[in-house]
Formats: sequence, structure tokens, C-alpha cells
Amino acid sequence: MSRPTPLRDVHESLGATLTDFAGWLMPLRYGSESAEHRAVREAAGLFDLSHMGEIFVTGPQAAQALDYALVGHLSAVTPGRARYTMIVNEQGGVLDDLIVYRLADEEFMVVANASNAEKVAGELESRCKAFDAVVDDRSPQYALIAVQGPRAQEILATLTDADLAGLKYYAGLPGQVDGRQALIARTGYTGEDGFELFVADQDAAPLWHALMAAGEPYGLRPAGLSSRDTLRLEAGMPLYGNELSAELTPFDAGLGRVVKFDKPGDFVGRSALEAVKDDPPRRRLVGLVARGRRVPRHGYPVTKDGAVVGEVTSGAPSQTLGKPIALAYVDTGAVSGLAVDIRGSHEPMDLVELPFYRRNK
Amino acid sequence: MSNIPDDLSYTKEHEWVSGVEDGLTVTVGITAYAADALGDVVFVQLPEVGSIAEPGDSVGEVESTKSVSEIYTPVGGEIVEVNQAIVDDPSLANSDPYGEGWMFRVRMEGDPEDLLSAEEYAALTSGES
Repeated sequence: MSRPTPLRDVHESLGATLTDFAGWLMPLRYGSESAEHRAVREAAGLFDLSHMGEIFVTGPQAAQALDYALVGHLSAVTPGRARYTMIVNEQGGVLDDLIVYRLADEEFMVVANASNAEKVAGELESRCKAFDAVVDDRSPQYALIAVQGPRAQEILATLTDADLAGLKYYAGLPGQVDGRQALIARTGYTGEDGFELFVADQDAAPLWHALMAAGEPYGLRPAGLSSRDTLRLEAGMPLYGNELSAELTPFDAGLGRVVKFDKPGDFVGRSALEAVKDDPPRRRLVGLVARGRRVPRHGYPVTKDGAVVGEVTSGAPSQTLGKPIALAYVDTGAVSGLAVDIRGSHEPMDLVELPFYRRNK
Repeated sequence: MSNIPDDLSYTKEHEWVSGVEDGLTVTVGITAYAADALGDVVFVQLPEVGSIAEPGDSVGEVESTKSVSEIYTPVGGEIVEVNQAIVDDPSLANSDPYGEGWMFRVRMEGDPEDLLSAEEYAALTSGES
């Protein structure tokens, strides 16, 4: 039985197609997912992301505890700023990718993927035991609503006095939105400018309605997980379970930059990651653009001259490019003459640099 | 509740069939329920005109943003016409599944698969949703 978010009734009244995702009942789409995708690229979209996990780490040694528990250098983060980072196991395998907000000197909020939230909370609990820090999984109390797209700032500005223009990418500040307390963060997973609003569960529905009313003149539309997936794919952003897993290190995923060996002290996974950091990777994560119209999908083999040289991790028709696209792990030597085996037929693909889409700033 | 016209026959694979009662040329498409479940259809592959199919054969595929499904023919015979308009504009499967969104026509030979009435198909889909 899937858990509903506090916005379930709102989604149902909008006629959403609901789907089970990581144990949550989530909106897949409200109408046409292509229209939702375009709205985010051209105007703005409103997303319910209340399934994400919010795990608080507080106390005098909260920063040191996170330096030990995660691969990033969290004690170096200024209060009010955020970092993209990862939690790995002793072997260096990725347990989840995370955004960590430093809310105050001694207070951090770790945002985990829904599918991993309980696991991450448990790992943080055990890894922080030796420190003067408290781990508190507040996921059940928090809802998360995202406004993403080029009009996001204008829309949100009609509901808050917070200094949005001064809020940098990967920063967050507490403020009032439509009279409700929120953590306003300039983060997202769509490749567009936008904001994520962490609010108390009971404030989610009134805030959603306020944002919809404020955003309507700007072209804001509710957007579901289907468009969220195609948006992040165009932006070349990894999805845990597709591009990231416990079988891969951050280096395997081409994200070795998140591992901070020069931070003070030991951290979980350090020795395993130091041992592999200079190894030439066998495969690398690349972008593929299909020449034809059939869509490469998760798990399909990548081939060259009939031999398997890789595997698709995510694929979808791209609205913005007008062609099917995919992320795939491909042997480092294989750069041309590639194809994807789409149910028995080898469809030609061009290898491209990521991301597929980059917004104009 | 999806739109299910009374004057068509249906399959458990969520296709509609018209013209079966005449026993000559039948037209096949996917139902509104199927189109809704797929989401935005982005690619349709149809059989070759002139090819011969048996009832239940997979003769094409429909891809949406999230998934891909096979198209089956519920009747056997020669494929005599395919809808080039839906190949060019796959969104017709969503916007007009029973009209402009038709997929192919078969000159029927022999008996069709077991087909459902509109009422039976409505019962099937209400059980699934």
C-alpha cells in the first residue's frame, strides 16, 4: 500500500494519473506529459516532491559527523549554502546521491531520494554515533514543492518578501511564502532555474493552491514525475537506481569530483575510493542521440559492429531535441558506429557530450 | 471513465476493431483507455501493406514517453492499408483514438479472436483502474 503525500487530494482533483513510486503514491502526469515538460522549459512547472527524505543532523559536531559520514567536505559549507554530495559504503559503492543544506553552524538538512531515505537515515544514525550530533529523520513532517522554470522567480516573488534575486544556485534561506514558514532553496532537477520549498505537511495544500493561482498568468502548470524524468534526462542529471547504484563508485559515474580527499579526518569509503581514483575507467557515462524514432530504454544493450559495448541506463523521447535520447555506460574506446539493440534491431546512435540541454542564462 | 463507443468491438489487449460483422475489411486501433495508460504516444510502427498476419500476431508497436507496447491483430488476413497520418503524427493516438488515430486495415480471413462488446470491455477496464 503506497503512502499518499499531503497533496493527494489536490492531485486527484486535478485528474492526475497516480503511480506507485518508491512506496509513495505520486502524480505521474496531470494531462499530457509533453506539455508539462514544455511548460517547465518555457514558463514554469509545479511539482510535488514530498516523497523526498529530509534528515536533520544537529549538534556541536554535526559538521564533523557529516564529513565522516559522506564523501563531501560539509564542514567547509557556509550556513545558507548547499552541496551536491553522496553517501557510499565501505567499498566506495554509492548508497545515494544527496543535497545537503547547511541551515546553521550546527544544523544540516540532508535530502535523500525517496527510495533510499530510510537506508540513509539508518546509515547516518550509525555513522554519527561517535560524534556529538543528533540524527532526526523528519521526512514525515515535511512536504516539498518545487517551482521550476524560467518564470519561477517572478511567480514566487508574488508570494514572498524573501530576497530571491540574492539567493544563489545551491543556496537556501528560511522565509515566509504566502504567510507560511518555508525553507526556500534555489535547487532543482530539471536543468532550469527554480526553487524548492520545504514546508510543514499541513501547509502543503494551501501553498500549492497559492502557487497555482499566482503562477497561472505566467503559464505555470502542475507537472508530474514523468516530465521530471525527461527534464532531468535532458539536463544529463543522474537518477539513483539508473545511473547510480551500490555497484558503482562516484568515479565510475564520472562524478569523482564530489569526493573530497583533502578534507580533515577519515570518512566512510575513503580507502576504497583512494585505491580506485586514478584507475582508468572501463566504461564511462555518455549521452546517445538516436538517428531514428525508436526509443532506447533502461537495460537495452549498446552495440558496436554487433558486439555489446555498453548498456543504456535511462532513455526517453526528448521534447527539446525532437529525437530519442539516452544515458548509457559505454566502453571508453567505443565512440563511433554505436547502436542500441532495441528489441532485436540495432538502431544507430550518435555519442554526444552531456548535457543534452543547457539553458540560456 | 474512458470513452468506449458502443458500435465497436474490443480486445483484452486494449484495441478496438470495426467492421467485423461485415466479414470483409476490418479497421484496428488502440482504445482511449490504452492511450491514457500509455501517456503521450511518440512513435507508432505499423505492419507492411500486403503482409499476411494470423490472429494474435504482433504487427507493430506503440511507444510513449514511459513505455512501449506491441500492437496485435485480432483478426487474420492481409494488411491492406495502414494509417500514414498516425506514423507522421503519433499524438493522434491520444487526441482521436477511435477516429483519425486508427492504425491498420485487414482483409479478414477466417474467424477473429474472441472479441469483447463495449459493455464487456467497460467491465474489463473498470476492474483494472
